[in-house]
Amino acid sequence: MVQGDGALSDREKFSMARVLSPARPRKLAKVPFVELADGRLQGVVSSGSDIGRVYVSSVAAGSFVFACSTNNNRPCGGARGMFCNHILTMINEAVLQYGATRVARYLRVETDPEPTGQAIASAMSATAPAQGDSGAAATVFSQFLRHLAYLELPPTTAPLPEMQWFPPTRTVV
Amino acid sequence: MRADLLAEPIAGLDEALAAVDGGDQALTAGLLRPQPAQVAALTGLADALAGSPLAGRVAEAVDKIAAGAAGEDHFLAVAAARTALLGSVHDALSARVDEATGRPHAEPAAPEPGAEVSPNLLAAARSWLADLARAGWRGLDHDLVSGSAPVISAMLPDPAPRRLAALLDGFAAELAASCPGAGIDQVPARRWGDLWSRALVLTLPGALGGAPGGTATGRLLPLGVDLHEHGTAAQAQVHAVLEPADGSTPRLVRASVSVPKPDTVLGAGLWQLLRPHLSLLAAAGDGRSMDVEAMPVTAEGDLVWDEERARPGAPADPFVTARVVLPTAATPPVAPLDRHPARLAVPVFLEGYTTDKDGDAIGVTVAGHRLPVDLDRVPVASPLTPAAVASSGACLGLLRWDAGTFSVQPLAVETVVKKKAVAVHAGAWAGGTTDKNGVKAEKAATDAVTVLRERAGRLLRK
Ligand SMILES: [Zn+2]
Repeated sequence: MVQGDGALSDREKFSMARVLSPARPRKLAKVPFVELADGRLQGVVSSGSDIGRVYVSSVAAGSFVFACSTNNNRPCGGARGMFCNHILTMINEAVLQYGATRVARYLRVETDPEPTGQAIASAMSATAPAQGDSGAAATVFSQFLRHLAYLELPPTTAPLPEMQWFPPTRTVV
Repeated sequence: MRADLLAEPIAGLDEALAAVDGGDQALTAGLLRPQPAQVAALTGLADALAGSPLAGRVAEAVDKIAAGAAGEDHFLAVAAARTALLGSVHDALSARVDEATGRPHAEPAAPEPGAEVSPNLLAAARSWLADLARAGWRGLDHDLVSGSAPVISAMLPDPAPRRLAALLDGFAAELAASCPGAGIDQVPARRWGDLWSRALVLTLPGALGGAPGGTATGRLLPLGVDLHEHGTAAQAQVHAVLEPADGSTPRLVRASVSVPKPDTVLGAGLWQLLRPHLSLLAAAGDGRSMDVEAMPVTAEGDLVWDEERARPGAPADPFVTARVVLPTAATPPVAPLDRHPARLAVPVFLEGYTTDKDGDAIGVTVAGHRLPVDLDRVPVASPLTPAAVASSGACLGLLRWDAGTFSVQPLAVETVVKKKAVAVHAGAWAGGTTDKNGVKAEKAATDAVTVLRERAGRLLRK
């Protein structure tokens, strides 16, 4: 029998309720970093020609206002009035990492229940979104550096009892 | 194991959990300007603590919250009340598990002194947690959640407050993904109440736990590997039996290793990050024992691993350990603050059961009582499949409890593959593998880390 039934529903009563689906593995060479944060889909896209250069791309949830510039804050030549290839690549990689449903839900894009990256991009393009300034680029780039810095943090062999709340999961939430 | 005992009701458990639910309902709505329903729920929480040393503090906190005049100390009292109630639930469950396993439980030990952590950092964490309590889960927004980022970034480089940093990091990621709070379908109220109250209690001076007080010398017989992960952290825990060199009673111990990670390092990538710092992972994967000498150990039976104090030992089959040594091994006590049902992970050995499979759900029926199998906790990079569990005849696992139900997380099973009896271990790939799928996963993970390190090398030090 199950003890502990009351006013809360099932998901509400589990200490181990799964809130986030695990990210899915993907190749990182083209888009080393992508995230759904600060009300935007944002990421860093490697330049095809210059190994020392990256593009910082973003699309805002709801308005689909987009921006793309280099890490040295030069505007992207491709993002003139429409999504550049960096943004399109970023959307596809976000779909690989998070699943299309989560990406579409976060961006508030109305598409099929099981959209593709391409369908999400087309649905946003069709609204003729405005091009934003590159104001967010510095924030996104510093988020990327923060993300990379996780590789440099020291391990510990002291126990972390709180990690008991974070089991692996194969379940898609 | 007396599995039947696990199905019997526990006196007072429903009442304690109902009081916890009350606190969680109030936290869902927010404590800034609580409605009468939330005040009533909080009063229920306070009433449940009547007669305990916390009673006065909690009652006062509820009054202040009801008057819209609560501060951090009052939120802390709510967190402490919740922690105490779930502590009592833990104790009742733990006593029941002891009856079921028939194994001895060691006496509680004196608490060890806490780690030194910057008071400013702890205060900053507390301040963010208080903001969360005021807004409630329904009031979550991106600005509120991102307030945790500077605290976490400042805390992560120092291993001393890593418990709190890893908790806040995983918690904040869940909150961020759930914004705005008003749009959440079903708030995971118990879970976030747990994470919030634990984090808040850990900001108290001395709560983080400190240097281990004892040492262990003897033979370590691994039972299996338990993996924990969220987007930006991973921890592996090896459960083992320690046979002390002085001939005293064998006891259950754990050895842990954890590391922060980018969220794109996954699957086999976790083993790659963890394995260089805990040789016991490879030993557990290969079915070998290890000998330890003066290895630091906490009162809770957590070895704080130091490679200098360990060397490889003779082969040791975990199933032999489970059959021969485990039944007499003593369970170490739990630190007062760590008493929570989610913390129960008790090594058990099951055999002579039948299995049932319905879609993804598998259960084992032991002596007439069914236990659900928690397959979701098996690492992604592991050869232990649902099919192997469904066809198994013996299982070494961790007994867990959540939302009213015991379940068993498989660490290893004995099954028959191509007419041959084999053991399949959840942590078999922890130390590396020659399995075809395992090798592929290792290669993909290596590539991901190589790209990130290359990018970090070019961009991070500019
Ligand atoms: Zn571009």
